[in-house]
Amino acid sequence: MTSPQLDASAPVVEVGHLRKTYPAARRGGTPKTAVADVSFQVTRGEIFGILGPNGAGKTTTVECVAGLRHADGGSVRVLGQNPQADPALIREHVGIQLQEAALHDKITVREALDVFGSFYSARADSAELLDLLDLTAHRDQQFAKLSGGQKQRLSIALALVGKPQVAILDELTTGLDPAARRATWNLVERVRDSGVTVLLVTHFMDEAERLCDRLVVIDGGRVVAEGTPSALIEGLEGDRGVLLRFSDDGARGRAVNVLTALADHDDDVTGAIAVGDEIEVTGTRKVLFAVVQALAAADVVPDDVRTVERTLEDVFVQVTGREYRAEENEEVAA
Amino acid sequence: MTAVEQTVPAVAGRSRGRTRGFGKLLATELKVWLRDPTAVFFALVFPTMLLLGLGLAIPAFQEPMVDAEPPWNEAPGITSYLPTIVALAVGTISLTTMPVQFATFREKGILKRLSTTPMPPQNLIGVHMVINVLALIVSAGVAVVSAIVVLGVPFAADMLVVLLVLVLSTTAMFSLGLLVAARAEKGTSASGLGMLIYFPSLMFSGVWVPLSIMPDWMKDIGLYLPLGASAQGLTAGWFGNEGFPLAQVLVLTGWTLVLFPLGVKLFRWE
Repeated sequence: MTSPQLDASAPVVEVGHLRKTYPAARRGGTPKTAVADVSFQVTRGEIFGILGPNGAGKTTTVECVAGLRHADGGSVRVLGQNPQADPALIREHVGIQLQEAALHDKITVREALDVFGSFYSARADSAELLDLLDLTAHRDQQFAKLSGGQKQRLSIALALVGKPQVAILDELTTGLDPAARRATWNLVERVRDSGVTVLLVTHFMDEAERLCDRLVVIDGGRVVAEGTPSALIEGLEGDRGVLLRFSDDGARGRAVNVLTALADHDDDVTGAIAVGDEIEVTGTRKVLFAVVQALAAADVVPDDVRTVERTLEDVFVQVTGREYRAEENEEVAA
Repeated sequence: MTAVEQTVPAVAGRSRGRTRGFGKLLATELKVWLRDPTAVFFALVFPTMLLLGLGLAIPAFQEPMVDAEPPWNEAPGITSYLPTIVALAVGTISLTTMPVQFATFREKGILKRLSTTPMPPQNLIGVHMVINVLALIVSAGVAVVSAIVVLGVPFAADMLVVLLVLVLSTTAMFSLGLLVAARAEKGTSASGLGMLIYFPSLMFSGVWVPLSIMPDWMKDIGLYLPLGASAQGLTAGWFGNEGFPLAQVLVLTGWTLVLFPLGVKLFRWE
């Protein structure tokens, strides 16, 4: 098969107004629209995230991108090819890690890598791949005896064994402990650094924020936000917050007076309230400066100053108007 | 775009003779298959064990069949049981080993996993058909050789007929096994359905009531069942005194022609 020719600036994946409705599970049931309207473009060499709660349509979207599922409408181009018309065209160049583990219980790590490698015209060096995924010590272990994290890493290795240009990774840290998650994040960054474009599906806000160069937030089968994680967070409306802690009640009392006065006359500061043994001051981007100057002028020295972190979760709340629950699985109306 | 809804992955049904890695897949699957002691026992050892157990333990099976036409009147009684054992070998692989394998591949998502690679999942089924044929050759071969060497069973009168019936039995029974696996959601449900067909099949192929003393009405029913026709056809070929088993050959061919396309059509890849 000829390698798809592509100039570096052209999008690696282009999805336009994708739509997919599943037929009713039972006679008389209602059909379920998993994807109502999803569009995005993935640029070469980036980690692109598809973020949203469970049931938002993320997996259906990437399965359509991978040509594993027929869309009802919209367009999909991967490496300049249309996987909806002929999925075989992209198989050589797109590595896919599916959500569920899928190997024989008794196949060893090395055997799995070798046999999957044999399907591709170009194949990655097994030893290097084992090393990259920290599986060298487990290469002769059977699949059923691997830990969750090891299975997950093998699954990623199998997605990379054919030297893909694009890797689709679906919920790859679900069920992993925090240490394994962090290790997997580092790994995904190394994969990207090796030149592979990564399409990352996740319902973890922190994961998307940490890893993705750009992302779309999907909710109810539609894109509700798009951009870089920092731009999305920067774009948040509303106040920022600063938390201050003082060693003794005297200092805290004086600080409350100073900061309440500040909130009254400074436009950049909207409020100051005591929360437990801390004081939370809210305001515009300049709130921290204003607080520090006011405290310095009054010679009140806080023990600890923290800015209230704003995350993609706040972005989700703002664009959907409801709290983010990763595990929600609501029926999406057509 | 006006793509039509399909229940199979888009790659399924699209075979372009892509065979890169087929040999490697076959070798690896064979190696992994051999690590499953239960499957290996039932596929390879069980028929011969049953044959030797009966042949060595039951006196009636050791005594010559004095009522038979010469030269068979000098052959031990177990001789009439050997064709049934060969049919049992075919039935065991097709109805117990194979459907469970295929349904498990689907249950574990192995078929779907393969459909993300350049290797079509159909080839995994193909590879396992090959492995099961190899297992059958070993299983039936060992049974026949032990019968001749250990139990003193005379060689087949018409080996070509035996081989023809064996090949047709295999195609008919593998097609049945494929159909059992086609829609079973789990390995366990495939196993249950397989067993439901396996035990009556064994009855009509003479495992419990040997063909030599089976009542005519049972033989008449057995003729129309794949495993019954198999045992009867193999018996005709081994003894060579009933003429060519045309009815049995036609029945086996008919089952293959009906069951195989049905199994392929109904097979769920996801």
